[in-house]
Amino acid sequence: MKEKLVLIGNGMAGMRTIEELLKLDDEMYDITVFGAEPYGNYNRILLSPVLAGEKTIEDIMLNDVEWYKENDITLHTNKTIVNVDRKKQIVIADDGSEEPYDRLLLATGSNPFVIPVPGHDLPGVISFRDIHDVDLMLEASKKHKHAVVIGGGLLGLEAANGLMLQGMNVTVVHLGDVLMERQMDAVAGSMLKKSLEERGLHFLMEHATESIVGDDCVKGVKFSNGVEIAADLVVMAVGIKPNVELAERIGLHCERGVVVNDTLQTYDPKIYSVGECVQHRGEAYGLVAPLFEQAKVAANHLVKMGIGIYEGSVTSTKLKVTGIDLFSAGDFIGDDSTEDIVMQDAQRGVYKKVVIKDNKIHGAVMFGDTVDGAWYFQLLRDQTDVSDFRDSLMLGQAHLGDSGHGGHSAAEAMTDDMEVCGCNGVTKGCITKEITAKGLFTLDDVRSHTKASASCGSCTGLVEQIIAFTLGGDYSASEQVKPMCKCTDLTHEQAQKAVKTQKLTSALGAMKALDWRTEDGCHVCRPALNYYALVNWPAEAFDDPRSRYINERAHANIQKDGTYSVVPRIWGGITNPKELRAIADIADKYDVPTVKMTGGQRIDLLGVKKDDLPKMWKDLNGAGMVSGHAYGKSLRTVKTCVGKEWCRFGTQNSTAMGIQLEKLTWGSWMPHKFKIAVSGCPRNCAEATIKDFGVVAVDSGWELHVGGNGGIKVRATDLLCKVNTEEEVVEYCQAFIQLYREEAYYLDRTAPWIERVGLSYVKDRIVENDSLRKELSDRFVESQKYSQTDPWAERASGAVEKNEFIPLKKIG
Amino acid sequence: MADWIEIGVVNDIPKLGSRVVEGPDGDIAIFRNSKDEIFALKDECPHMQGPLSQGIVHDKTVTCPLHNWKIELDTGTAKAPDEGCTGKYAIKVESDKIFISL
Repeated sequence: MKEKLVLIGNGMAGMRTIEELLKLDDEMYDITVFGAEPYGNYNRILLSPVLAGEKTIEDIMLNDVEWYKENDITLHTNKTIVNVDRKKQIVIADDGSEEPYDRLLLATGSNPFVIPVPGHDLPGVISFRDIHDVDLMLEASKKHKHAVVIGGGLLGLEAANGLMLQGMNVTVVHLGDVLMERQMDAVAGSMLKKSLEERGLHFLMEHATESIVGDDCVKGVKFSNGVEIAADLVVMAVGIKPNVELAERIGLHCERGVVVNDTLQTYDPKIYSVGECVQHRGEAYGLVAPLFEQAKVAANHLVKMGIGIYEGSVTSTKLKVTGIDLFSAGDFIGDDSTEDIVMQDAQRGVYKKVVIKDNKIHGAVMFGDTVDGAWYFQLLRDQTDVSDFRDSLMLGQAHLGDSGHGGHSAAEAMTDDMEVCGCNGVTKGCITKEITAKGLFTLDDVRSHTKASASCGSCTGLVEQIIAFTLGGDYSASEQVKPMCKCTDLTHEQAQKAVKTQKLTSALGAMKALDWRTEDGCHVCRPALNYYALVNWPAEAFDDPRSRYINERAHANIQKDGTYSVVPRIWGGITNPKELRAIADIADKYDVPTVKMTGGQRIDLLGVKKDDLPKMWKDLNGAGMVSGHAYGKSLRTVKTCVGKEWCRFGTQNSTAMGIQLEKLTWGSWMPHKFKIAVSGCPRNCAEATIKDFGVVAVDSGWELHVGGNGGIKVRATDLLCKVNTEEEVVEYCQAFIQLYREEAYYLDRTAPWIERVGLSYVKDRIVENDSLRKELSDRFVESQKYSQTDPWAERASGAVEKNEFIPLKKIG
Repeated sequence: MADWIEIGVVNDIPKLGSRVVEGPDGDIAIFRNSKDEIFALKDECPHMQGPLSQGIVHDKTVTCPLHNWKIELDTGTAKAPDEGCTGKYAIKVESDKIFISL
């Protein structure tokens, strides 16, 4: 006999929990769902666009009635549960029917708050909560002219906008002097009001409703200051309160909401509760993102895995009114202990304010240009120290160099046919359509369904904006602490630490020791674990070829047609006629169709058949050349300028320095590719300031720069320090690489890593602390003992991975 | 009835790895998973014809090396939300020898 799970409340939070539960174990429970409404589960947060006529009810269905059947779930619509016998473990519906349970999930949501003024129960006074309300509003808009919305908050403004678009004359009444005062400060609030007025909404600010006038239906609204206005429809949108009616009746401990612990369990251990009816650590949430986080944890405990913990959510807000761009998160008002950074351009209608406390973002509010909202929100949730880039914080993350999306930065201004993702050719219209049609909520959802921002990622900010705008404040920003992949709940940081402290020396061994959910992991976690084992245990680790991407397994770059490219190492970019002749002869011998100079001053031989690779490598070895690692998460090239040997401006011997650095660092496996450049003078012809480690010679020594990137997002390096001697350049370089190798997550380039940990953190370890720098450098040198064997020579000799390059058989 | 062609023994293929058989109509990828089950698929991802034999094998799935589509080894079908299917071949293993039917 399966255990019985009963869900009370067929809404988004409850059903999300069921979906999460089915993902973990679809065999464990017999599931029965009770819903008071006559529908399947629909996307409540998209009611505003339905009201505005931009979407239909069918568009916003998440789980239709068929879905319940397909998943063997019994659905009772139109049935309200009126009682629960907790002793007998039975729920009782309003029609008298009963259903036993082993586990009960309570997700009764919230009720709109109705101000109990005289006339509040007249026909024509409604709230804005469900499909029924939307139907009433749409009906009223066809017959009547004057609508009054009481409440200038998020919901009220969305309702007002919708009714206006349906042709009504709408007045918004607000008690306070700032619209959306829980999400906006005074400046943003007044900009919002101005912008809504321009669209045709009317406002009565600081007006307290005294009564609703009318005999058998609404005729008007009267205020405490004596003013009275005509109304055929009154929408009460002054707030919501957790629906605890049932919970209180059955004696569950409630305060403002149903009180739950960090596993979403109520005071009755057999009863869990999620969603807007819940009070967790004193907070009740009215947005979808936190509810989904709760759903995940509750599901985890319902299937008795018992490892998830819900620690509360930080939320952000967007308004779903087409053409209005606003964003807020955290505490954006601030107090004596906080500092404000404000940028305002009234002409452009742009306002940004970031509140800082102890060098960390405490809150943010933006109007008119919200492209960096997602970034500020990330910094806020991660509690990143912003002191290193405080001077450019207000300019935003996207202020320079992003490529691939035509320079668009404001999603709102884009039309549906404009391209968002330049890699995969995805338009804005395609993204919004999929979000609605497939019920997508997160960036990951959108990536896997549309491929937008799934390749190079440069349009991620734009895609996040589009999601946020389509879903409004209910957009689930990517989780704060993200597991490595679906095979585990561990984050990169946790896995990295476990590999180190538990001495895990292979990817497969690590998965076993760390209770991986899948037997073999996947293409995401296996290479990461393999790397963590190698970097922590260079002498002992087993480098598993099956946990390597093909490029690193075959030591060549796979091309779109399945052939490979071969890049021999050319130390510091300095070559000679003999090497060039040998490369030319080898290219001839193997019919290499394309020979190309790379951006890193090497020669790329493209279109090589896999079984020719070992033979070609043997020939290259014979001419004195080794693997250039152009395929690896490793040192790629050291690019140099000619320096003082030839250049009249050169101050130091940059080529010799470049060759020395390349000889020391080649072959080392890293979290991601790593590029070095050495320039002989500040003219910087080797472009050292967009490399992971850049050296710029000056007359008195060497400047060392770190964390640059010339790709998707151009990022100029940060100056690490200046040193005087060549020995110091080497030591600092090795120490920096080792710190990056040991601490960055797999597939982090140096730029995002430094942005995450902060330049000061890196400086503290490399510049300020002589002994730590020395230790890091020594560890790097030690690990290089195990990695500086030419992989091409090993394979050319047939001693290693011979079968990789030979077809199993030829038939037919 | 199908003609069975012997192509090698199980240990010719690395665990969680793959080898290529050059067939009359193009390459065939032969996979071996961690449970030593053997599968054969046309060596072409339904997405952009990437060589599946070069991908990472996990469970009954291979991840295409070009754009990370996940293809089921026993059916040749792409895992949702991607859609597509590549050809599959019948395989049998008898006393360690692998046979394919084209």
